[in-house]
Amino acid sequence: MDESIKKSYEEWEKQTESLIKKYPEEGNFKTTWSDEVKRLYTPLDVGDYSQIGFPGEFPYTRGVQNTMYRGKLWTMRQYAGFGTAEESNKRYKYLLEQGQSGLSIAFDLPTQIGYDSDDPHSLGEVGKVGVAIDSLADMETLFDGIPLDKVSTSMTINATASILLAMYIAVGEKQGVKRDKLRGTIQNDILKEYIARGTYIYPPKPSMRIINNIFEFCSKEMPLWNTISVSGYHIREAGANAVQEVAFTIADGIEYVKTAIEAGLDPNVFGKRLSFFFASHNNLLEEVAKFRAARRMWAKIMKERFNVKDPDALKLRFHTQTSGSTLTAQQPENNIIRVTIQALAAVLGGTQSLHTNSMDEALSLPTEDSVRIALRTQQIIAYESGVAKTVDPLGGSYYVEALTDEIERRAFDYIKRIDEIGGMINAIESGYVQQEISNSAYEYQKAVESKEQIIVGVNDFVIEEKNPRKTLKIDDALEIKQIEKLRSMKSKRDNDAVREKLENLERAARTSENLMYPIIDAVKVYATVGEISNTLRKVFGEYKESVIF
Amino acid sequence: MIKVLIAKPGLDGHDRGAKVIARALRDAGMEVIYTGIRQTPEQIVQTAIDEDVDILGVSILSGAHMKLVPRILELLKEKGSRIPVFVGGIIPEDDAAELKRLGVIEVYGPGTSTSEIIEKIKGYFENANI
Repeated sequence: MDESIKKSYEEWEKQTESLIKKYPEEGNFKTTWSDEVKRLYTPLDVGDYSQIGFPGEFPYTRGVQNTMYRGKLWTMRQYAGFGTAEESNKRYKYLLEQGQSGLSIAFDLPTQIGYDSDDPHSLGEVGKVGVAIDSLADMETLFDGIPLDKVSTSMTINATASILLAMYIAVGEKQGVKRDKLRGTIQNDILKEYIARGTYIYPPKPSMRIINNIFEFCSKEMPLWNTISVSGYHIREAGANAVQEVAFTIADGIEYVKTAIEAGLDPNVFGKRLSFFFASHNNLLEEVAKFRAARRMWAKIMKERFNVKDPDALKLRFHTQTSGSTLTAQQPENNIIRVTIQALAAVLGGTQSLHTNSMDEALSLPTEDSVRIALRTQQIIAYESGVAKTVDPLGGSYYVEALTDEIERRAFDYIKRIDEIGGMINAIESGYVQQEISNSAYEYQKAVESKEQIIVGVNDFVIEEKNPRKTLKIDDALEIKQIEKLRSMKSKRDNDAVREKLENLERAARTSENLMYPIIDAVKVYATVGEISNTLRKVFGEYKESVIF
Repeated sequence: MIKVLIAKPGLDGHDRGAKVIARALRDAGMEVIYTGIRQTPEQIVQTAIDEDVDILGVSILSGAHMKLVPRILELLKEKGSRIPVFVGGIIPEDDAAELKRLGVIEVYGPGTSTSEIIEKIKGYFENANI
């Protein structure tokens, strides 16, 4: 059959070439990683069917479940959190009343980087990009009236994940919920913090030791907890292209599996508690192919590199967020359409959960109206578009299959290069990964400025815009209020107990003991995020980035 | 040659914009220093003075701009420095107006082209007759 298709295809190309002389083609015919896109894809571009396979079966190109959204729609999980614990608690209760089953907690930057609200580093940042948590007292307020045995909670927390997890355990205990009943996820992906997101504290080696401790602790005590969400989102948003996003994320994933094995965990078991987090951008078909390629690559790596036999530990399950960096401040209503395309790509790519961005995010924190539209976008895709009725509806598209193969091939080239450098930690410390991303970000900017890449409303189809828009602002008084709360808490707690628990933590940090236990002891006597982090800073030191641009 | 310091105050790690601008200004023939993330206003002003830069660009996306930028302006004034300051990031319009009132020469939002920033900087120094 191939021979006859090949012959017809060649004839068709010849005919087309003569037509082009009269009617030339014009436009940008490149992938976002600068490969040529062919005029037409045919069965000749699709490889071996065993690489496509069936959903729920190795290599999982078509999805991790047999029935996908026919069995259960993806989880609509909107990331939220702002201001004080009281305000965020109200928002979560509202979201739960609306039928949302999982919470996704955003913390402010001081909490993420291990500073208390009264630390000089925290000036202006308290409660800005998420909720401010200084001690267990704030965490108790955050989950007040929310039964922790009924919800699953996803926490975007990395360098201080051990501390926030310890607080979550302590709140559970106060509610009478044992730690082995708690369900949720901590992001806990420190490697991408060095690469792209920036909320690291300690150098890579002690950071990986803490992650190792969390893995070991949870495998024994919290069987329902997802201990890491390997995140490509921030790598992509920092400027990586789709191939780099997949490659660097999977390379990080390899490093974490190695760490888990060092912690004595069986990858057949650990693999099931691992999840991924990707971005979804505007180039619809590339993005769909990216998700499919990532799934296939991970299954192969787990099987071939780590000898995993349990099929459930081969499956790449992932959360997706639409892309903040593609949203424009100009004509912001257009962002609703961008988010729709991106969300559609995530669904066609088989995501397990999805956050859709709000149209006004290039202007400020989102308002309540725009958050609602973002959620409605997912609901329209789920209930009106029809794309969830069958599994992997784009499977078998000549172009999508060819793109899937190409992304896989190029991403494996990167992984080979990173292996040669000696793994992801070396690749980060040498600046290789950051330089690759920085180059892509700069190339993209140049393409926008030369109009090789059109952005509607920004470098073309521009209109005069005058009216200032309604934006959400966080009241500055909040920072003062939070600092007062912190100081009053400190005056009421047992400060001798705090000192003792912090000394014990410091001692443990100097040995190879698992740090989760002394951290839990410390949070229970209301030691703060800053105090615990500073204790560990004393032992581990702080990471200094090499500035690459 | 115009010497520029690009700085990221506060705890915000979103430095894609800062890096792209730094590189574009360098390609446009300026001498560029980028501080890296997580600098305090004190560190930034000290670097600007020590390095004797002609202009300072500050990038913030966390929403902390109304605390951090005025602090930088204040510290520059205290040190008797007249280094002009421009700001980039997610800055709501009324905040941008307020920052300009306080002495910031320009506020650049998302979607600004690097060539626009380059021209503005060059124009600023031509007009200032430096």
